[in-house]
Amino acid sequence: MQLEFFSHLRCRECGRLYPKEAIHVCEWDFGPLEAVYDYEAIRRHISRDRIESRPPTMWRYREFLPLEGEPSVGTQVGFTPLVRADRLAKALGVREVYVKNDTVNYPTLSFKDRVVAVSLSRAREMGFPVVACASTGNLANSVAANAASVGLESYVLIPADLEASKVLGSLVYGSRVIGIRGPYDKVNRLCSEIAGKYRWAFVNVNLRPYYAEGSKTMGFEIVEQLGWRLPAHTVIPMASGSLLTKIAKSYREMIDTELVEKRPFAIHGAQASGCNPITDAFRKDTELVRPVSKPQTIAKSLAIGTPADGYYAIQTIRKSGGAAEDASDPEIVEGIRLLAETTGIFAETAGGVTVACARKLIDSGKIPKDESLVLCITGHGLKTAEVLSGVLDSPRVIDPSLREFDRLVSSDINRAPLPTRSEG
Amino acid sequence: MSEITAERTIPVRIPTPLRGLTGNQDLVSARGSTIGEILKDLQSQFPGIAERLFDQTGNLRRFVAVYVNGEDIRFLQDQKTPVGPEDEVSIVPAVAGG
Repeated sequence: MQLEFFSHLRCRECGRLYPKEAIHVCEWDFGPLEAVYDYEAIRRHISRDRIESRPPTMWRYREFLPLEGEPSVGTQVGFTPLVRADRLAKALGVREVYVKNDTVNYPTLSFKDRVVAVSLSRAREMGFPVVACASTGNLANSVAANAASVGLESYVLIPADLEASKVLGSLVYGSRVIGIRGPYDKVNRLCSEIAGKYRWAFVNVNLRPYYAEGSKTMGFEIVEQLGWRLPAHTVIPMASGSLLTKIAKSYREMIDTELVEKRPFAIHGAQASGCNPITDAFRKDTELVRPVSKPQTIAKSLAIGTPADGYYAIQTIRKSGGAAEDASDPEIVEGIRLLAETTGIFAETAGGVTVACARKLIDSGKIPKDESLVLCITGHGLKTAEVLSGVLDSPRVIDPSLREFDRLVSSDINRAPLPTRSEG
Repeated sequence: MSEITAERTIPVRIPTPLRGLTGNQDLVSARGSTIGEILKDLQSQFPGIAERLFDQTGNLRRFVAVYVNGEDIRFLQDQKTPVGPEDEVSIVPAVAGG
């Protein structure tokens, strides 16, 4: 079977071709390099039937991923549930809402397992003994875990003030976790310098052209799980903006290879108000993304002040007829609670951002009430649970006494019309 | 020691994509009292570097970032940012992370 459908890397700015090595920017204009595929060969090679016959993982879409051989890391990642969320739809006042639930992605409960599966598989193809990343937490967890699963040594660099769960969730795998004093953007800059000096596979620096492609699988899955149909609207959280551009790319690739019927799809971006450089540029109708020097938001996984793909994210949103929004910290918490209470899905702060921004886009009419809508929920709530402390009511504590319990329940019944069996 | 002022040089870290122009050096020295002057001096030392860094309108390219002691010059005074001998300048590709 022909396995390799990608041949080169290509500069997104000037189109110059490069060999498929561990490089990420064009020597001429510093533009990002992207994998180049032979879509005509892919179109001839795959079909819906063929994809459906494969195991339920992100590797169902292997032809669209930049590897030379079979994947060797993260072979069970992906194919997370797409949940039809009617109670959430009712709360938002729309007809048809789906949640793409990457809170249960394997093995580290965020969409980052997708990009890491691709980049570490590629790192092994290239023979790198050490893998590394700059991370706001989720990526660190995923690099640490997936590296451990195949015995690769890993360094993960994170802002020193990350959520405790995200720090522990990297340390536990035996990764070398380095906390950097300062915001993510400084971690990122340092990693670019380290990558220029050490011959390591930095998944989101010198391996970024491979890494970023993994995000497309979230989009492929959405389309297949909708019954091979493009959603009219997709709301996607934005940190660097990469996930948003890659989901749009996945939709285009499925159209180009005739896996799905062409129809308009709007791509909407969601940021936190305390770090909204892309949304801000969208509102000001400019392509100049003004960096945010000191991000201030509880959505730390989205706190990137100088988003690498900001420029492309804006173009993608505009071209698709989408819009961008942002959400304040209280709105983010409200979004987390609304999602949890209506779908049973506990999302991290980035998920709260997505839900809150979707609500605003609906309320302002940018997402019509009668068109299909997918919310991309990218990470699990247990990773950022501390944002809920002091927000939710504490459990009520009683003695182990049936009388006390009866009293408690009867006060509940008086207080709110909660359903009990006797009411039915 | 007054000649130091005139002759002072400032270390500049060169990213991989530009090392073809600097004889594979990752750290070079440049003269100047602002970032703009430093970059100009780099061009005189390593002809061709300017067209990699600047677009046709003379602005730094979208995906080029310049830092002084780790601080993005866009948060300082852009190319007018002053630099002294104790400072370190880094040129870094902006397309990374996330």
